[in-house]
Formats: sequence, structure tokens, C-alpha cells
Amino acid sequence: MNRILEKKQLSETVFQMQIDAPLIARERRAGQFIILQLCEDYGERIPLTIADADADAGTITIIFQAVGDTTKKLAQLNAGDDIAALVGPLGTPTHIENFGRVVCVGGGIGVAPLHPIVQALKAAGNHVTIIMGARNKELMILEEEMRAMADELIVCTDDGSYGRKCLVTEPLKELCEQDPRPNLVVAVGPPIMMKFCVETTRPYEVPTQVSLNTIMVDGTGMCGGCRVTVGGETKFVCVDGPEFDGHLVDFDNMINRLGSYKKQEEAHKCRCMPDNP
Amino acid sequence: KDRMAIPMQEMPSQDPMVRRSNMEEVAIGYTPAQARIEAERCLQCKTAPCVKGCPVSINIPGFIKAIAEGDNKKAVDVIKESSLLPAVCGRVCPQEAQCQAPCTVGKALKSVDQAVSIGRLERFVADWEREQGLVEKPTVKPATGKKVGIIGTGPAGLTVAADVRREGHDVVLFEAFHKPGGVMVYGIPEFRLPKAIVQKEIDTLLAMGCELRTNFVIGRTRKITDLLEQDGFDALFIGTGAGLPRFMNIEGENLVGVYSANEYLTRSNLMRAYDKERAQTPIFESEKVAVLGGGNVAMDAARTAVRLGAKEVHLIYRRTEAEMPARVEEIAHAKEEGVIFHFLENPKRILSDEKGWVSGVECLRYELGEPDDSGRRRPIAIEGSEFEIDLDTVIVAIGNDSNPLIRQTTPGLDTNKWGNIVADENGKTSLSRVFAGGDIVLGAATVILAMGEGRKAAKAMNEMLAKD
Ligand SMILES: Cc1cc2nc3c(=O)[nH]c(=O)nc-3n(C[C@H](O)[C@H](O)[C@H](O)COP(=O)(O)OP(=O)(O)OC[C@H]3O[C@@H](n4cnc5c(N)ncnc54)[C@H](O)[C@@H]3O)c2cc1C
Ligand SMILES: Cc1cc2nc3c(=O)[nH]c(=O)nc-3n(C[C@H](O)[C@H](O)[C@H](O)COP(=O)(O)OP(=O)(O)OC[C@H]3O[C@@H](n4cnc5c(N)ncnc54)[C@H](O)[C@@H]3O)c2cc1C
Ligand code: SF4
Ligand code: SF4
Ligand code: FES
Repeated sequence: MNRILEKKQLSETVFQMQIDAPLIARERRAGQFIILQLCEDYGERIPLTIADADADAGTITIIFQAVGDTTKKLAQLNAGDDIAALVGPLGTPTHIENFGRVVCVGGGIGVAPLHPIVQALKAAGNHVTIIMGARNKELMILEEEMRAMADELIVCTDDGSYGRKCLVTEPLKELCEQDPRPNLVVAVGPPIMMKFCVETTRPYEVPTQVSLNTIMVDGTGMCGGCRVTVGGETKFVCVDGPEFDGHLVDFDNMINRLGSYKKQEEAHKCRCMPDNP
Repeated sequence: KDRMAIPMQEMPSQDPMVRRSNMEEVAIGYTPAQARIEAERCLQCKTAPCVKGCPVSINIPGFIKAIAEGDNKKAVDVIKESSLLPAVCGRVCPQEAQCQAPCTVGKALKSVDQAVSIGRLERFVADWEREQGLVEKPTVKPATGKKVGIIGTGPAGLTVAADVRREGHDVVLFEAFHKPGGVMVYGIPEFRLPKAIVQKEIDTLLAMGCELRTNFVIGRTRKITDLLEQDGFDALFIGTGAGLPRFMNIEGENLVGVYSANEYLTRSNLMRAYDKERAQTPIFESEKVAVLGGGNVAMDAARTAVRLGAKEVHLIYRRTEAEMPARVEEIAHAKEEGVIFHFLENPKRILSDEKGWVSGVECLRYELGEPDDSGRRRPIAIEGSEFEIDLDTVIVAIGNDSNPLIRQTTPGLDTNKWGNIVADENGKTSLSRVFAGGDIVLGAATVILAMGEGRKAAKAMNEMLAKD
């Protein structure tokens, strides 16, 4: 159980792993995530989206960016290694139906969580336009996979090293101005990107779904650490989400909460894994 | 009369100034000599009023007599006829409100504090048995080929596992977390209930042949209906606890630095964030903390904050000390450790600095009015009494509701208006072959009640399986 079957490096800091997890592979739906831990005694529990799954083979795929302690250690594991703890699928699946014209916006690592959503939207018969953005060409992931599924694909980079030189909000705005307007926008990426996507679609009243990546502990609704303010109400991302109506999310509060442990995380040197002092 | 003259034996404890900065157990436990003296205080009352105070009716005079006679093994055996977790219950039961409340000695000496220390004696013999290596693996009857699934590994689930396994049924325990034990592991801190004691109980279950599947969320990884219809389970027990933190719905509750007690305690206990050298899970390094609430959970959060190095820990409760639901001993320990108690006060809103972090609370003062439904006098806010306390952390410990995951994913399972599963006196739910007990049925209650419900449900389950 939880054996890494395959590992691929997608960019300097982004890795893809296929993991043996038959029960999760069978149950998971688009929008759901797992929580993993690299050491049951001292390890941290971190959430990662199930980017893809094969129910027959009993495998799930995760794609993650090595940003901190746990993700960097995870990146050092290889095919044949086991992940100490893996639980899921968690979260409420994405609501999928034939909406008509859908624009999916993925920023940076956010393209990974977007992947299963696009899959499901396509399977339900939607016309899907994908906007993929990254800081530079190096950081662009899953382009082939997205191109294969999209009815239309727009690629942009902040520095112009690939595709259009712009932020994802620029093509998003153009699409909102077109007739007919998109019936739905799905935005997944860094909180600041989601915040600006939501501001972009707001004047056009295009429903905009976002997938929030708050800090989590249990992932089952027990701790409340993942809570966000949505439409003035407190919601737990791990059970009520991770997807919410972006026009109602208090992004400033969410971004503040993500920074809760910055000081400790930067200072932290972990001795949990013996081979990694 | 002579017995009444024997002084009550105080519990040896770590010095408050020392224990403020360690996670080790506060109460050290009776010495064998102390235990015998304390046991001699028991009058062996014929009517044994103490037994009626114990939710699982332990034969209290019986086990105390054995201690007084120096037969500790017999004492444990007497307790184990009724309770499976004496080392735990001896530590965490609210004895002053249960077995010790009606004790004749306490009544005669006009103070429940002077009652026979039943809980301490129970703990003593349970620890003695464990330390002597005398804990025996209960015998398991020949295999019946029947399979029972237990969801949640708190005291309710662990009890059912032991009682059902003994009858020879296969037992699989499912636990959402990576470690079993429920609140005994993620909620109640090490300094009150060492995790090694809970682990020992689990080791015994594993030695009996129970299977444990951690990192397994029923309702997500598998649903109740799948377990019954596809995975071949003949009966299920739901003991998923009351794990949904309540908040106060006041302004500022989602600021950085506001935690539920569940989160704060889980980070510290289960994730071991107090062990800063080794643990990867961070915990906020607070200077000034306020804990809101007056139960055991609030005491545990406040005392954990002290141990994690906070300079000031305030406990804010809107009634008076007399109404506090926490155990008397916990309140006393918290005071000794320097927790600052505020009675008849309650926050109106949580204040923020310019970065969205907690900077304090604005409180109102209260007075007590007429009794409410619970019989406690209702606190009433005094208008215009606002004042502020400077803080960087607020921990909300005002209670837990039941987690909706199972309810939402199990058609046909009846729940009440609070979301608790409805079960009859034998733990039977509205679904055939599905039983439930503990906090998921009772609402947030106690370890001994969860254990007691588990015993009753296990009995009914064993009877049902025997008839199949
Ligand atoms: C539902 C959900 C799905 C997610 N899916 C993915 C995914 O598919 N791929 C992926 O790479 N990441 C995903 N994340 C984010 C991922 O959980 C974090 O990157 C991870 O927890 C960081 O852990 P760490 O120990 O490596 O870094 P830490 O040492 O904990 O943190 C490093 C830095 O990252 C910041 N950070 C911490 N937690 C988060 C977070 N949750 N989101 C953003 N920044 C954070 C910290 O402030 C710090 O600056 C998801 C998060 C959620 C809640
Ligand atoms: C901080 C704190 C202090 C306390 N102090 C005391 C005290 O001093 N004395 C006392 O008597 N009582 C105390 N209590 C109350 C006592 O701990 C509980 O009443 C008791 O633990 C309830 O037992 P339980 O078996 O019903 O559930 P729990 O102990 O809550 O265990 C439930 C288990 O089920 C798991 N679970 C939940 N959902 C799922 C799912 N869908 N699938 C799989 N697993 C699942 C949970 O992860 C958990 O491990 C305290 C509680 C807390 C929170
Ligand atoms: S189980 Fe609790 S209530 Fe019963 S005798 Fe022991 S300490 Fe008292
Ligand atoms: S009531 Fe008190 S004195 Fe009487 S039997 Fe019980 S413990 Fe002993
Ligand atoms: S992560 Fe604990 S409640 Fe959501």
C-alpha cells in the first residue's frame, strides 16, 4: 500500500508521482484530495489534489511543487519507496454537469488540480477553454495533457518566455467580453491569482468556482484549521470545499491565514527522516 | 469510627513550577503503602452508594477490599468485570461527580473531597498490573467466521473490539487518523493521560487478533453500505465521537491566531508539535493566550499553552467557578500552573491588528440570572461593561458537535436534531446490523460513558451474531 510506482520531474521544482492506492483510486471524484504524511510519529500531514487516477490499475497520481519541508522530502522519494500514511479521497467532489461553455484557468501548480476537473467537464459534454499561466516556460506543466482535452488552449507566461506575455486575467477578461459569455469559470492556482480572476469575472456576473488550498490538519472537519469566510459565513475547506463560489470568498483573510506559520516554517529543520538530517 | 480517622491520602504530584515546562504526567500516582491506607478508609457499606454513582457499576467495595488485603491482582480482576480501561478512567473520570459523590465517608466528613479516593485507587491497581507485566491477553473463543467492523478507535470502539473479539468474531477497526485512540490520543494531553497507556490497550487488542486499519475514513474511503453489502461485514459499530468544533460566531473569529481547541490540542498531542526538535507540524508560539470555555477541553488547552511557553494564559468563562463543567482537579491544577481565571466575562469580538492577526479581545462582564434548562443560572451581559485584553492567540473551547460525514453518506441512518445518531438502549440504530455508541450518540460526554455504551452494544451484537 502507498508504494510509489513511478516518479517524473515536470520542472525544476514540480514532481509527479503515481502511487498504489486502490481504494482511493476507486472512490475518488474530480476535485478531491488526499492527505499524506512521511513519518507517522513526527511528520506533518499535507493535502495534495488527486490529479488523476486509474481505478482498474488501482493507482492515483499526485503532482506537487517542492515548496517546504514535507514537499521537499517527498520529492526525494523514488519509485519503490512507500509513503508512510495516505488518506482519502477527502473533500466534496466538484459539481459537474453540462454547463455549456466553461473557461478553466490554471496558474502554476494549480494546473494539476485543474486536470481532473477538466476531464470531468469534458466527459459531461462541456465546451472547455483552458487558460494556463506560469511565471516562465520552465514552470509550465501538463501542457500536452491539457491541449489534448481542451477545445481551446491559451498559454501565457509572466515573462513572455512562452505563449502570450501576460497574466491569466487578461485572456479571461477577453473571454468574458465575448458573446456568448462563458457559463462558468473555474480558477485554480495561487490564492492571489484566484482573487484577481474573481475580480475579473465579477463585473460580468460570470459564476466563478475556485479551489482553495488552506492549511489543514485532519482533513475531516475535526479541527477547523482550514476555515475560510465565504459570504460572511465560516466554512471548512476540507469538508465544505475545497471548491467555493469565488465571488463570495474572503481572499484577504485566507491569504493571511496561509501565512500563520511562515516564521516557524522558515526556521524549521526537521530530523524526522534519518537519511535527511 | 477508626477508619474515619485515617487521613485521606493526597496524590503525589509534580511541583507546579517544574511541570509548567514539561509534558510529563502531573499526578505521579499512589505508592503501594498509600494505596493500602486509602483503601482502609472504605467502610464497605452494605448498600454501596458509590456503585450507583459509577456509570458502569464497578464493584467498588469489592476491589477496594482486595487492595486493603494486599491482593492487587484480585482488585484489578474485580474492576475488569465492568470496565476495560481502568488505567484511563482512574485518571480522567469526573469522580467527584460520579462514584465519589455519594460515598458515605465523604458525606460523613461533609465534603466530597474527603470521600474515599476511588479513582486514584483504580488507577493504582491498573498501573500496578501493567508495571508488573501481569496484563493478560483475554482468551479468544474459536473462530465463528463472522466479521465485525468498528468505526472509530476511541474508548467506545476499543471496548466493542475487545468484547466482540473475545467471542471469536473477526474484528476490523477503522480509524481516520494515522494513530488509534480517539480523543484519548489527539485531545487529552500527555500530562494527564500518557499515550503509552492507551497504546498498551491497543497492543492488547492487536495481540487478540483484531485488525487495525488507520488512515481510513468511513464515508470517504469506504461507505457504511459498501462494508455491509460488498465487503462481507456481519455487523458494524459506529463510535466516531463528537469531532466538530463549535465556534462563537463573533467578529474576528477567523483572524490568524484563533484556533479551535481541537486544532490546538491535535497539533500538540497527536502531531507532537510540543517536541519542536523533531516534529514537523508547527504550533503558534504565543505570548498571551485566551482560552474561551470552562470544560475539560478548555483546561487542557490552557495548560498546554502554559507548557508551550506562553507568558500569560487567560481562561475566560461566562458563568462562575461553581458552574464550570471541568473536573475540580483540572481547575485546581490549572490555577497552580498560573492560568489566570476570568469569571462572568465573555468576548464580544476578537480584535485585529493591521495584518489580520489577533491583537486582543473585547469582553463584556456578566451577572447570573434565572436558571436555564440545564438548571444552571443563566449569564446575562451587563450593558456598557466592555473592556479589552491584549492577546496574540485565542483558543475556542466551547464544545463539539458531531461530525456529519457518516450521516451524510449513510442513507437510512436516523439522527436527531443535533446530528447525533439515534440508538436504543442496546446501541441499535435504525439500520439493521449497525450499532453506535459513545459521543456520536450521547453528544460530547465522557470516556467511561463511551466505554459503558460500547459494552452494551457489544453484548447486543454478540447476541445477534450468535442467533444468525
Ligand atoms: C485541498 C488542497 C489541495 C492541494 N493540492 C496541491 C497539489 O495538487 N499540488 C501542490 O503542490 N500543492 C497542493 N496543495 C498545497 C500543499 O498542501 C502545500 O504546498 C503543502 O502543504 C506545503 O507543505 P510543505 O511542508 O512542503 O511546506 P511548508 O513548509 O508547510 O510551507 C512552505 C511554504 O508554503 C506555504 N504554504 C503552506 N501551506 C500551503 C498551502 N496549503 N498552500 C499554499 N502555500 C502553502 C507556507 O506559507 C510556506 O511559505 C494543496 C492544498 C490543499 C488545501
Ligand atoms: C480535550 C478533551 C478533554 C477531555 N477530557 C475528559 C476527561 O477528563 N474525562 C472524561 O471522561 N472525558 C473527557 N473528554 C471526553 C472524552 O474524551 C470523550 O467523551 C470520549 O473520548 C468519547 O469516546 P468515543 O469513543 O465516543 O469517541 P472519540 O474518542 O472521539 O473517538 C472517535 C474516533 O473516531 C474516529 N473517526 C471519526 N470519524 C471517522 C470516520 N468517518 N471514519 C473512521 N474513523 C473516524 C476519530 O478520528 C476518533 O479517533 C475530553 C474530551 C476532549 C476533546
Ligand atoms: S470508572 Fe470512573 S466512575 Fe466508575 S469507579 Fe472508576 S473512577 Fe469511579
Ligand atoms: S460509599 Fe465510600 S465508604 Fe462506602 S463502600 Fe463505597 S467507597 Fe466505600
Ligand atoms: S483540516 Fe481540520 S477541519 Fe478541515
